[in-house]
Amino acid sequence: MKHVNAVIVGAGAGGGIVAKELAEAGFSVVLLERGRWLTAYDCRKDDLRNQRTTVLGNGAGPDDERHPRVVVELDGRERIVRPSEPGYNNNAACVGGGTLTYGAMAWRFMEQDFRMRSTYGCPEGSTLEDWPISYADLEPYYEKAEYEIGVSGDVSPDPFHAPRRKPLPMPPLSPTREHEILKPAARRLGLHPFDIPMLRNSVPYNGRPACMRCRWCVGFVCEVNAKNGTQNTVIPKALATGNCELRTQCVAKEILVDARGRATGVTYFDANDRLQTQTADLVVVSCAAIESARLLLNSKSRLFPSGIGNRYDWVGRNLQGHSYCGAVGLFEQITYDDIGPGASIAICDFNHGNPGLRGGAMLANEFIRLPYQFIGRMPPTVPRWGKGHKDFMRQWYRRSIMVQGPVQEMPVFDARVQVDPKVKDYWGIPVARLSGRKHPHTLEICRYIADKAERWLKEAGAIYTWKRIPGPGLSGGQHQAGTCRMGNDPKTSVVDRYCRVHEMENVYVVDGSVHVTNGGFNPVLTIMAIAYWASAHIIQQWRGRRGRV
Amino acid sequence: MPEHINHGRRRLLRAGSAAALAPLAGCGRASPWRFFTPQEAETVIALCEQIIPADQDPGATEAGVINYIDRHLTGHFRRLQPVYCRGLAELDRLCLQRHGRRFAHLKFEEQRLLLEGLTGELKAFFDLVIDHTMQGFYGDPRHGGNRDAISWRMLGVPLVPVRGREHYELSSGARQGGKT
Repeated sequence: MKHVNAVIVGAGAGGGIVAKELAEAGFSVVLLERGRWLTAYDCRKDDLRNQRTTVLGNGAGPDDERHPRVVVELDGRERIVRPSEPGYNNNAACVGGGTLTYGAMAWRFMEQDFRMRSTYGCPEGSTLEDWPISYADLEPYYEKAEYEIGVSGDVSPDPFHAPRRKPLPMPPLSPTREHEILKPAARRLGLHPFDIPMLRNSVPYNGRPACMRCRWCVGFVCEVNAKNGTQNTVIPKALATGNCELRTQCVAKEILVDARGRATGVTYFDANDRLQTQTADLVVVSCAAIESARLLLNSKSRLFPSGIGNRYDWVGRNLQGHSYCGAVGLFEQITYDDIGPGASIAICDFNHGNPGLRGGAMLANEFIRLPYQFIGRMPPTVPRWGKGHKDFMRQWYRRSIMVQGPVQEMPVFDARVQVDPKVKDYWGIPVARLSGRKHPHTLEICRYIADKAERWLKEAGAIYTWKRIPGPGLSGGQHQAGTCRMGNDPKTSVVDRYCRVHEMENVYVVDGSVHVTNGGFNPVLTIMAIAYWASAHIIQQWRGRRGRV
Repeated sequence: MPEHINHGRRRLLRAGSAAALAPLAGCGRASPWRFFTPQEAETVIALCEQIIPADQDPGATEAGVINYIDRHLTGHFRRLQPVYCRGLAELDRLCLQRHGRRFAHLKFEEQRLLLEGLTGELKAFFDLVIDHTMQGFYGDPRHGGNRDAISWRMLGVPLVPVRGREHYELSSGARQGGKT
């Protein structure tokens, strides 16, 4: 197989952007993706089989048959889980990765989110740390992501947002009924509501149409291609250069290392399950926090007996997602208007500065709850079956609002990804083994944030409310992050400030894995910004050296 | 049994795999269902109707929830076949013991009280049937339940818009540069 400058594993938020940046800079690139290139036809508006409700399987992969994981429960029991089952902490397996089916909130982290330890101090039992880069370092790359991938919304009424040079490229979608109920209530409470920034076209942009406002949004492939991911922006651009080859249904096995400790390429199983080797000058790992850690840990060699980047046992550590919490309220009036995506209004009043707490969360109204999803959002006092259940659904389904937010988690060293010593996937590759729990302080923040959500709903006129607070178990899921921490000290981190694995000249990790902390926000725009940031560095470092090997 | 919830096919593998785990009288006999025996189907229909009873709006029976469960027990839920076999047999055994009649032949109120008092494995089985009934009743009609989008009509939620195939990129255009 022809030698290339860069092989990138994973065509999601991170890998897609690196592929485009490198290909446009003249690098020859092979982009490997374990999933397929899906279209809306492959993942139709299906309430039971999508990326959020997976009772009949994952709409955007991976399939249940070939990709098990091992989960260690809080009581120490181990179980093998399939990708559509709870506890698997799935993201996706397809071109575009999570960006094909996400809810598409496009948050920039705040300045404090990059220096959590110096702002708050580290609680006992946590590995809370500052990032080696600042918001100011990433600002131009946030902007680039907003314009190249495409973001609508208006953050100008939010006094807490970090400094920015340009407004968002698209105006917000028109407000929904929930938006109109929640906005004046937030103002009465002295809060600062605004339109959520979303990677979704509110007007035609980049040659694709505006959102048609259907209710099948988060978890689904957009039928009219108005949701912006790497699959309909940067990846087609990468391919258009002629320098990038995308190979789908290719499952990476390991990163190859030569006797001098340099990576020489990647072995993978192709769509016909044949083992292939792709050699390259540099390797970029962009498989999301769990699978990226797994690939590094599975890349054992004489020089790196415990895996690449793992000399000090930091690969796979600090797995974190977000501890979602909030409240649901019932209203006398009808709140449901069937205008998607649903989530439309947010406040950042409680991201920082909460007394006695380290960080917090953005709060927003939730995406449209499809009827089956609503079953899981009912108050604990309502009968689970029978006439009581049916009456409740009939009376309240269209009279409810849910407000929730992604609480920034305190990283825990023992919340981790390992490779399982026994269980292997379909191709014989050891699978990821997940274990650990949330830090107690994270749950303290959740209780506080849920209170704030409930107060907002009550002010908006809710006649009955109940809170939703997560359990102590591990979180990861679509927001998975932290397993290949970015840092200046090779003893306490995995990659440097440009995402290069310490002690490896030519291996980079570019995805949520490198997040030191995960912000009180959906992380995708930060993953994208880091991908642009790392790409700029890679191009600068490697431009003159290409083809040397 | 309403006409619309009948299916013509019957999975014969059932007799081999599941029957070994659950010694049911009806296992392996001809049935209009993919998975259930006629007697089991009767019990499942009664269970589902308890979970979503008909009132001014249709219940689980009319929504064809059993279609959903029966279909997916030979598909995505096939690992649960023995659970259903065992659960349904145990439930009927309990009813025969207490009332001298099978579950499906109890009065509606008797059924309700019995279900409310379930414990242990039978309760876990009933919880599973609750989950599946909710999916079959509120989920997408394409999966066999929620016939004619009955539950969405009840909730006052618009149905899936039909937009035609041209909205889907069925050509090779979207896959350019795909696997080589």
